[in-house]
Amino acid sequence: MRRITLLACGLCCAFGAYAEQGRLLATGGASMLEGAAGGGIVPWAVLTGYGEQDEWGGSAFATRVETGDYRLDAGGVALAYGNRLELSYARQHLDLGSLARDLNLPDNSVSQDIFGLKVRLFGDLIYDRLPQVALGVQHKRQRDFRVPKLVGAQRDTDTEGYLVASRLWLGAAFGYNLLGNVTARYSRANELGLLGFGGDRRDQHQWLGEASLAVLLNPRWAVGVEYREKPDNLSFAGESDWQDVFIGYFPSKHVSLVLAYARLGEIATYDHQDGVYLSLQGSF
Amino acid sequence: MRAWLFSGLLVLLVGCATPAPDSLYQQLGGQTGITRIVEDMLLRAAADARIKQHFVEVDIVRVRDKLVEQLCELSGGPCTYSGDSMEESHTGLHISRSDFNALVELLQAAMDQQGVSVRAQNQLLAHLAPMRGEIIER
Ligand code: HEM
Repeated sequence: MRRITLLACGLCCAFGAYAEQGRLLATGGASMLEGAAGGGIVPWAVLTGYGEQDEWGGSAFATRVETGDYRLDAGGVALAYGNRLELSYARQHLDLGSLARDLNLPDNSVSQDIFGLKVRLFGDLIYDRLPQVALGVQHKRQRDFRVPKLVGAQRDTDTEGYLVASRLWLGAAFGYNLLGNVTARYSRANELGLLGFGGDRRDQHQWLGEASLAVLLNPRWAVGVEYREKPDNLSFAGESDWQDVFIGYFPSKHVSLVLAYARLGEIATYDHQDGVYLSLQGSF
Repeated sequence: MRAWLFSGLLVLLVGCATPAPDSLYQQLGGQTGITRIVEDMLLRAAADARIKQHFVEVDIVRVRDKLVEQLCELSGGPCTYSGDSMEESHTGLHISRSDFNALVELLQAAMDQQGVSVRAQNQLLAHLAPMRGEIIER
């Protein structure tokens, strides 16, 4: 993980020298848990970094979520061209903590790789009459399938798609700018895929709704809420929808920081998984 | 009764002559404030490596005057824009999407410099944003 982050920072600096950064501050978003440009748990229709037409943009991120019983680490890189196409890679690593001991599991962590692609279909976040709409695909590969298989997951690899619309309304929140995102995701990933794909209870993709709303206090600070519907495919434990409240700080087009308080509900038999989310992103 | 009518008329008159104290025009600092904002923005543009090439060989005094007029009118001030349409004045300039955003950033910087609140800045930008289509890529 550390190596990825280092490599990513190096890439960022190398590319940064050539980047035009033609988009406005914060319009590249942060990096969501799965590596795509977005908030924390919900993607945005924007493309990572600050490239406009004919320009490159890119980012690297590291994120940690601590919920008491679990710890999730995620890190990755993303590259975008022409404010049109985004490619991303992320690795997630979930430390199972006491669950491994309590259930006598063969591994005390699970991890997965996520390869993402996002295409802006039409519209513009700020200027056009239509909101910005993007289509995304995420290909996920479980790296430690023993535990997911044990709890009923049907497969270790899967692909899911999502359609996302984003809009920034200038001055719409009592004079402050308001950012809205809605996503429809077609997925059967258990806990993002960390517990595999499909389950003993249900093994089909299904449509899941996600949304976030943020107010920009000024061009550098954003506060908001996110909600992400989740499937419930495994009978050994319930899977809760996720939500959080966050503060995002964009001091420049090169750095952003997101701090959130997340309510993740029940994860693999442990309920009330509330905790802190912290994400650091480098971008150009 | 007549006193009421009179004071009512007076309020109306005053209300029309001087925009409400928190109108956008006032928040931008009126004529003086808008002029300072426009001049500061144009100075920044002339020095900005991303877009300065657009402003060489331009009658900058005219651009300043017309822009002040336009922002004054847009913000509810006592002016009428007398310049060319946005299409006319930007055709042949080949202004890119990035150029447009660059000027937005310089306008924001100029308004920051002038102490204009974030909310007033957003309000002005909301008036300008829909014009992008008439300005870029022509
Ligand atoms: C919403 C944004 C904009 C507004 C409201 C605006 C407004 C104006 C106005 C009022 C004029 C004078 C028209 C006249 O002479 O009658 C003008 C001219 C001009 N504008 Fe803009 N403008 C905008 C964006 C831009 C951008 C992004 C650039 C370049 C980066 C630009 C470059 C110029 C130039 C070079 C001229 C002078 C053209 C000439 O005299 O040949 N403008 N603009």
